[in-house]
Amino acid sequence: MSATPVVEQPRRRWLSILAKAAPAEVAAAWDRLERPPAYRMLRAPEIGMVMVRGRMGGTADAFNVGEMTVTRAAVRLDSGATGVGYVAGRDRRHAEIAAVIDAMMQSPELRPAAEGIVNPLETAQRQRRDTGARKAAATKVDFFTMVRTRGPA
Amino acid sequence: MNAYSPLDLAEIAPGFADPTRDSQAVFRRVMDAVARPGTIHDLSFAPPPPPGLGRAAAAMALTLFDFETRVWLDGELRGGAAADWLRFHCACPLTDAPGEAAFAIVVDAADCPPLSSFHPGDAKYPDRSTTLIVQVPALVGGRCATLEGPGIKERSAIAPAGLPASFWEHVQANHARFQFGVDVIFAAGDLIAGLPRSTRVTIKGD
Repeated sequence: MSATPVVEQPRRRWLSILAKAAPAEVAAAWDRLERPPAYRMLRAPEIGMVMVRGRMGGTADAFNVGEMTVTRAAVRLDSGATGVGYVAGRDRRHAEIAAVIDAMMQSPELRPAAEGIVNPLETAQRQRRDTGARKAAATKVDFFTMVRTRGPA
Repeated sequence: MNAYSPLDLAEIAPGFADPTRDSQAVFRRVMDAVARPGTIHDLSFAPPPPPGLGRAAAAMALTLFDFETRVWLDGELRGGAAADWLRFHCACPLTDAPGEAAFAIVVDAADCPPLSSFHPGDAKYPDRSTTLIVQVPALVGGRCATLEGPGIKERSAIAPAGLPASFWEHVQANHARFQFGVDVIFAAGDLIAGLPRSTRVTIKGD
């Protein structure tokens, strides 16, 4: 199957944030939620593997980087919205919460509460990435070539 | 392979609440049903089915189908809500050719292709044949078929409703080519009964 199902851009953003967040962060944010919505499982959380593929320089032919563990779940809120969670790792609760938040982000009345979870996660992720990038940048070595010139004979 | 369209999740009904235990419980009952042809087994603990399928047929699909089993659906199910439900929960490839299916679901028995058009297995691997799930209105009330063979002490009987007379002729022809042939599991609402190829069927009045 080569056809990629179309996922609209904003949804892709929050699904990516939820997928990469640490399970503990997500669980803590969920527990702080004042009125968590009622939902039932469409697909109970299950653990599996996906093949991660990459392209050299982002443009060359795709190659298999390796397999990684993912956990997925799908839920339906009692209000009718359906959400899916695909997260890195083997934490079932992480996948379940990610699916509920995805469903909340799609229903206008629950969206503000869900934004309250997603946005701090995004900020934390960006900070971690910036810190890592800065630390790496500090170790950067510039190579230069000394031009050897002959002294006056 | 047919190209798949993205699924609309808004219409998908839930699957097993506890996939491991529920599918084990279903598997045990399917195994008993096939091992003892003519006995009736209850799958009423399974979740509500999608439109078009009964609870028992849907529970067997959740238990037996996966990404490696080609599934053939009859005209009534093809392209409907039940097909989407199967794609979501079982991730099974659907096929239009009965001869290459590992499983087939028939909900309109009157329109069922002859059993010989399904995969009969091969000499080395007779188990690679198609297993048919035939959904009928009820497991009683139809023509009474007397069953004899492995797993049956002396004789047993079954009388699924809604089957055309030609279906039983196909079943008898299917038995005659043993070790080849297909296995049938009848599903009616919450109930199932097995009819493997090893069972000899006699219809009253024949």
